[in-house]
Amino acid sequence: MGKYIIKRLLLAVVIFFFVMLIVYALLRCLPSSYVENIARAKSQLPGSKSYQEWLDQLNAMYGLDKGIFAGYISWLGQFFTGQFGESWNYAVPVIDKFNEVIWISFWMGLITMFFELIIAIPLGIIAATKQYSKTDYTISILALAFISLPTFFFIALLQLVFSVKLGWFDPFGLIGRNHLQLDSFHQFLDICHHLVLPIVTLVIISIGGLMRYTRTNMLEVLNADYIRTARAKGVSEHKVIYYHAFRNTLIPLVTIVGGSLPSLFSGALFTETMFKINGIGYTSYQCMIAGDIPFSMFYLAFMAILTLLGNLIADILYAVVDPRVRIA
Amino acid sequence: MSDNLDKKTNTAASGEEQQYSLNDDRRVKVLSPGAMVAKRFFRNRIAVVGLCILAFMFIFSFIGGIVSPYRESEQFYRTDILNKEFAGAAKNEEFRYMSADGQKFSSILQAQLVLVAKKAENFTDGVAHFTYSGVNYNVYNEGTDFYRVTLEDGTDIGIAYKDIASSSRKGENLSYEFVYNALKAYTNGESSFRVGGVAYTIDQDGSVLKGGEDYAFINRYIINAISPDIFLSRAFQEELVEELEKGAEKFLFTDEDGVEHEYIIEYKPSVKQWSIRQGTESRVYDTYAFPSKDHWLGTDRNGMDMLTRLMYGGRVSLIIGFIVEAIATFLGIIMGGLSGYFGKWVDMLIMRIVDIFYCIPSMPIIIILGAAMDAMQVAPKIRMVYLMLILGFLGWPGMARLIRGQILSLREQEFMTATEAGGISVSRRIFKHLVPNVIPQIIVSVTMGVGGTIITEASLSFLGLGVKYPFASWGNIINDVNNFNVLTSYWFIWIPAGTLLLLTVLAFNLVGDGLRDAFDPKMKR
Repeated sequence: MGKYIIKRLLLAVVIFFFVMLIVYALLRCLPSSYVENIARAKSQLPGSKSYQEWLDQLNAMYGLDKGIFAGYISWLGQFFTGQFGESWNYAVPVIDKFNEVIWISFWMGLITMFFELIIAIPLGIIAATKQYSKTDYTISILALAFISLPTFFFIALLQLVFSVKLGWFDPFGLIGRNHLQLDSFHQFLDICHHLVLPIVTLVIISIGGLMRYTRTNMLEVLNADYIRTARAKGVSEHKVIYYHAFRNTLIPLVTIVGGSLPSLFSGALFTETMFKINGIGYTSYQCMIAGDIPFSMFYLAFMAILTLLGNLIADILYAVVDPRVRIA
Repeated sequence: MSDNLDKKTNTAASGEEQQYSLNDDRRVKVLSPGAMVAKRFFRNRIAVVGLCILAFMFIFSFIGGIVSPYRESEQFYRTDILNKEFAGAAKNEEFRYMSADGQKFSSILQAQLVLVAKKAENFTDGVAHFTYSGVNYNVYNEGTDFYRVTLEDGTDIGIAYKDIASSSRKGENLSYEFVYNALKAYTNGESSFRVGGVAYTIDQDGSVLKGGEDYAFINRYIINAISPDIFLSRAFQEELVEELEKGAEKFLFTDEDGVEHEYIIEYKPSVKQWSIRQGTESRVYDTYAFPSKDHWLGTDRNGMDMLTRLMYGGRVSLIIGFIVEAIATFLGIIMGGLSGYFGKWVDMLIMRIVDIFYCIPSMPIIIILGAAMDAMQVAPKIRMVYLMLILGFLGWPGMARLIRGQILSLREQEFMTATEAGGISVSRRIFKHLVPNVIPQIIVSVTMGVGGTIITEASLSFLGLGVKYPFASWGNIINDVNNFNVLTSYWFIWIPAGTLLLLTVLAFNLVGDGLRDAFDPKMKR
């Protein structure tokens, strides 16, 4: 097991190296007007160095004066020694900005995952146990509809119905206008109130996939021989489903849920942007369209690590949870 | 087998001569695998609904654009009434001065005059006196609020008045003598006067006629056009004064060219002035027009017909979806086929490349590239091509993995040994014998993939980084919802586009699901 994990880890490191090489090469090929803009702005400050001097200094600072590969190696060295540079867009160290915005995204992701699990898994199981019934069709179609739902359209609908027509929630933002006058408990409630619509959005758009996944796996298990045996020996249907079948369905579920744990940190671009919540999705989007290379590189590396970590966790869990799996 | 039975009883009952022997193939209705799949597919009602939606979308997008009377980016106009500042009017409460010909009526003299005129007891028989810098002046009260200043010897210096005489003709100034006589007659309520041997008549409205012809007019109002090149006609001024005295808020006036304009009068108490605004018709883009007979779904922010935009947008979305999937599938088949067939280091290499592509955060990359294309101002058409290439290139690893997995198991089967024994070339073996066996999975994956691609494209266009104006796409149509005003007030801008998008993607998923079930031989129903 230990050997297996080490092998997977090493592979992940190699993949990370190449992924970031591609990403770095892509970003280096973009027009680097942002550096020129900064250099021009700085050179116009009173008593400043000339534009060319600033440009050279900035290029040296960001490793832009080297070739792509050499620049990449120096970036990698800086990344692994924790020097993430300074965000051009926000003019603060990347890591500070990241620390500032990541937690709201994480909490949103965590709450979403909680609701996702308690809604999607039971519905998927119900659909599987009543295959070809009206309930099954309804749940299946709903799941597909949720998958097909364009996030931005759904958010606009929610804002129209619940913010504009009914007036229950504020359309954007994380805090109300009198937030600062409230005591800390009510401030917390205020934030919760503002999080309702974003969480609803995230839950709705994510439960479809898990619902279908649960249903497919449950169906597979229900068709297995040991279920037929259990029924044959007269075990009650309830016990067959919730004791024998469900436990076996849990294997793929645990794998996939475990694998998606790192993505709690990845943020939600559309939801955060449209609800104007200052999370990692919104911040990274702002940086990407502004051509903020240090932050974008950091964010992309972070995302790549999350993906690799997710795969790794899923693989390991698969081996750990299912006793039938033997690692070669 | 019930079909068979029916057939048998049928033939027996009708006494047909068609009697097949028991092992005759024609006795059993045989369905080709394709027909079996079709039969199973059409039995799935939900999938058929999806297929109908797709058929509708294709007709709507590809034929709708031809049928629609409008073009993709045809803009519509409407006439709008803009109220422009046209003139200002004020009732004259200050003295105005006019110097006699060849004299200088200095401002000090004007001030002295006002001081004298203020007190009625200064005047004896309508004459008052004042001295300034050792010179004596006489002031004659010629009428209501109308004074004349002369030197002691009777030479006119100038006049001060509150009623204003203006010429009826454009660009013509009235002489001192005329103004003096006219005002004198007007302020004393006389009906005629003579200047330079010419007789003028004056009515109580202040119109001065020269031999029955309009010459000048007198009133208390100062009326100025805002724009210096506009001459306010006599008739207009009279009409305006009449309305001002009535306290009207708006009136209609037909100018010499026969064009009727509406004027809005607004009194500003702080400056004691009226401002007159003219309603001018101007042609503006018919933006955000509500649904009507001409535009069934209204018009968008550029004044383009929404329904037509939706049709062309659907075309763009569907075409992009299919092209992207075609690119991804093509690459996926080649890479997956090679990887699955050769195994060993080829498989290892290709699968690691797939791993790397899987790990690239594609959405951020596409956003960064989109923003870069914005900065480089790539033409919208070329941009669309780039978008398809990027999406296609990032999409192939999934397909490659799917095909590799299938081929890995297929290549161990007997028919592959047979092809090897038959000496068929490797490329033929892969692409003629292995890949066709994976086609069901490919079809399912492509169908669902098109739906996914359409959403990705719409999301990018929604962010303004995908398909750009003047091309329509469902995503960039919904983009307008970022304007909160549109979200709240103009449902027809974004709800139809969003609904079409949702329905199309849903239909692709339903059909894909239906196909998967239909292709699955284990499927019982």
